[in-house]
Amino acid sequence: MIHIKRLQEDGADIIALIGEIDASSSIELDLAIAKSVGEGFSRILIDCSSLEYISSAGLGVFMSYIEEFNDKKIKMVLFGMNEKVANTFEILGLHELLQIGKDKVQAKKMIDEL
Amino acid sequence: MNYKYKVGCSIENLKGVRDFIRGALKDHGVSDLQISEMVLALDEMCSNLMIHAHHCNPDELFELKIDVEKDHPVVFEIIDDGSSFDINQFSEPELGNLVHEKRKGGLGIRLVKSIMDKIEYQHASGKNICRLIKKVQFK
Repeated sequence: MIHIKRLQEDGADIIALIGEIDASSSIELDLAIAKSVGEGFSRILIDCSSLEYISSAGLGVFMSYIEEFNDKKIKMVLFGMNEKVANTFEILGLHELLQIGKDKVQAKKMIDEL
Repeated sequence: MNYKYKVGCSIENLKGVRDFIRGALKDHGVSDLQISEMVLALDEMCSNLMIHAHHCNPDELFELKIDVEKDHPVVFEIIDDGSSFDINQFSEPELGNLVHEKRKGGLGIRLVKSIMDKIEYQHASGKNICRLIKKVQFK
């Protein structure tokens, strides 16, 4: 089960993921990102500090936005992953395709420099 | 030690599958990171099976078995009677293509193959047995 909270800071949309994302819940992530894009945000931060688990269904959601974000000049940075979640991204090499920061401070800095 | 779990093919049950695997492996001196990788690989296999072979029908069941003995590879068996799908016959798409096609699938098989050392299939008396083998470090 996943809970998703959104809040805005300095014009950036912060999407906080709380719990586990698998095949049954990845749609929630997809909807949250789509909503953020629909509302016109061009800087999206994904707070993974309370994300306990992610399977390929969730990874696929992030992957599916890469091209659209490049085209629309939307910037997305993920941050706060625990070791196991970070390992899941690394097994597939997704840490090279996505922007991933250590914490919110670093993520904000990264998004300003993108 | 042997562990068995029977589960219906609803993707809502994946959480239960993960909890079963974590519970079975936690007292055998395997590192948390290795446990988390095996949980992930089995989640991918089970969700594929539920969705593609059983169309998420919660009344169709399959069985998951785990055999864990110190200083031996961990052996998982997924036993069902649906249509079989051998992931060894499936060449996983390139990551670049997945980005381009905006596909949300295809990553799972790549994960399973990266994590597991061996994936074998067997068909006997109407059952499919998929065996996944993982060498682990025991403390």
